[in-house]
Amino acid sequence: MAVLNEEQEMLRDMAREWAVNESPVTEFRKVRASGAPEAFDRNAWSTMGQMGWTGVIIPEEHGGSDFGFMSAGLVIEELGKTLTASPLLMSTIAATAIVLGGSDEQKAKWLPKLASGEAIATLAVDEGASHDPAKIETSVSGGKISGTKAFVHEAHGADLFVVAAKDGLYLVEKGDGVSLTTRKLTDQRSHADVTFDGATADKLTGGGDSLLDDVLDRARILTAAEMLGMAQQVFDVTLDYLKQRVQFNQVLASFQALQHRMADLFADLAQMRSAVEAGLQAVDSGFGVARAATIAKAEANRVLHTMSNQGIQLHGGIGMTDEYDVGFYLKRARVLEASFGSTGWLKHRFAKLGGY
Amino acid sequence: MATQLEAETRSDNDAFREEVRQFIADNFPAELKGKANALAGVDGPTDENAAQKAWREAMGAKGWGTPTWPKEYGGGGLDKKQARIIDEELARAGAYNPIGGMGVMMFGPTLLEYGNEAQKREHIPPICRGEIRWCQGYSEPNAGSDLANLQTFAEDKGDHYLVNGQKTWTSGGQWADKCFAIVRTDKSDKHHGISFMLIDMDSPGVEVRPIQMISGMSPFCETFFTDVKVPKENLVGEEGQGWTIGKRLLQHERTNISGGGRLAGMMGASLGDIAKKYCATDGDGELEDKVLRDKIADFEIRWNSFLLTARRAMEESKAAGGVSEISSVLKKIGTKMSQERSELLIDIRGLQGLGWEGDGFSTGELETVRAWLFGKATTIYGGSTEIQNNIIAKRVLGMLDHQ
Repeated sequence: MAVLNEEQEMLRDMAREWAVNESPVTEFRKVRASGAPEAFDRNAWSTMGQMGWTGVIIPEEHGGSDFGFMSAGLVIEELGKTLTASPLLMSTIAATAIVLGGSDEQKAKWLPKLASGEAIATLAVDEGASHDPAKIETSVSGGKISGTKAFVHEAHGADLFVVAAKDGLYLVEKGDGVSLTTRKLTDQRSHADVTFDGATADKLTGGGDSLLDDVLDRARILTAAEMLGMAQQVFDVTLDYLKQRVQFNQVLASFQALQHRMADLFADLAQMRSAVEAGLQAVDSGFGVARAATIAKAEANRVLHTMSNQGIQLHGGIGMTDEYDVGFYLKRARVLEASFGSTGWLKHRFAKLGGY
Repeated sequence: MATQLEAETRSDNDAFREEVRQFIADNFPAELKGKANALAGVDGPTDENAAQKAWREAMGAKGWGTPTWPKEYGGGGLDKKQARIIDEELARAGAYNPIGGMGVMMFGPTLLEYGNEAQKREHIPPICRGEIRWCQGYSEPNAGSDLANLQTFAEDKGDHYLVNGQKTWTSGGQWADKCFAIVRTDKSDKHHGISFMLIDMDSPGVEVRPIQMISGMSPFCETFFTDVKVPKENLVGEEGQGWTIGKRLLQHERTNISGGGRLAGMMGASLGDIAKKYCATDGDGELEDKVLRDKIADFEIRWNSFLLTARRAMEESKAAGGVSEISSVLKKIGTKMSQERSELLIDIRGLQGLGWEGDGFSTGELETVRAWLFGKATTIYGGSTEIQNNIIAKRVLGMLDHQ
């Protein structure tokens, strides 16, 4: 765990306490059981707004706390541990696009509402099943946007879409010309293909040519923060399980084969934490963000993939049951792994950044 | 907005940086620029030329080779920030710290913690000046990973101990002046029967035989002790406390083998850059061999995250005070990754990367082959990877022994 300042420690402790007490995995089970496509609890969301978590990366003059990405990452990590279903991750990413690229009017219109949680936003980039920002067909003509975005996270609850078109990023409000086709994924969260058919689109003109890349890098880092929380939790519950489960008249934790596997996972988790925290710090310092984001998401993909598989294997049969939580982490893990950069895509980008 | 205090501290640091820069300009011989520090390692001979000697003496007199050690024993008496400034300025000037070896990396910090006043006064200053080379008397033929199984016995003879036994894998033993050793003083208690003592390598009865390694080098030795007299004042700590002291030294060893940023410098250029010199690239400047390119990127991502982990461990241990419990993780990952890197270098260079000697191979290529072979030792010595896994599982994660 990075060395935190007092403000960050308080924020993390508050998020941890709330997640453990008010939003354990049983709350996710309720959301899942409701079957609502929105797939989150509005009451929990308004609590997040009251606690200021929706405005962590939004400047103070627009109603946020401007605590920075390290702080946002701490909250998202804690919520990841309990699989809290909410649009916090996506709305924070979308807010980033407005902070980086919005005009004064756009910021004044949207940021205060996003900071308070009154409005929810999301980011719509990919047009196929795999992340590939180089393949965008969506276009804007005369202020009207047309195209279909695939597998948009948290689309059902969104009031505002930050949409990547061929010539830049646009703000599109839900309503006329915006239609959703629900796509149920294994993580049971909100996903939809979103079709824009002549909807009014308001371009983000700031942020320069690299705006989309800059936003996506922040998306990668924050997504990795949720994955870090998930990996940490799988590790912790697995270790607890090995310490109490008895087989052959021994607790499983006493077997060297399992001890060494846990040591490997512990080392992997240490690497993942370093990479993710360094990514968050890179955004806050404004230095080396592209590289740090690539490392953070690639390490998050690698480690959570292994951790979620080992979590099942080390739990044995009980890990296969729906009654037991560990399987939920596996299902969410793969969805996040495929979002904003698969491992192969990230390695390609890392090599590109390194000039080979 | 910086506070008054921060601003003052910053200007103090600026003044110190200026002092370091001036010292390097005045004392670092230009002919040594860009050279590695062979003398601070454990595996090179001790011959030094006039320039190397002058540089070692200049840094040693300042205590800046061991910047954070107490001034009263010859260290620099500086804080970690100032130590970092020295590192940065040395790097900037293409200079190196000429003070090193096992005395600095392992023995000194341990003696500062466990030694008595007389021992510190005797042994620490020569380490700070780079005058003494220490070797490690730990492993024995039947006490490698099962270190506490050691048999070398020190018999109490009143004013001295009489030591008999054999140590092995004594790194740099043939060049060392002194040896810090763990020996058995009580045969009835595996762990509490061990003591930590200091042995002069030129004592009668000490015999050193270098061991030829698969890399062709002989940095390791077998060391035989036959009726070697060790004065009582050379016992560190209490009799029977050797296991505790010895383990602390191993923590310093692990941190130094793997992390601490040391490896970063040793690793040199990025594999991508090296590959572009040896392998074909396409019109976009990308390596044509996409499998190799993928392997390199995969390695470099994990390597970067290892360096970040070493940095994080340092920051966290600084904030918490003391050696990080993550040192076993760093040793385990760092050594494995340096082996992976050697294998990848051979992959990149093909047969050109497997030269043993003779024309047709650059010095760098030949050194890489030696490093590849020698590097296989890193996951064995300093506590094998399996031992690190045991330490992590039992001490860090609290997984229990069989009941």
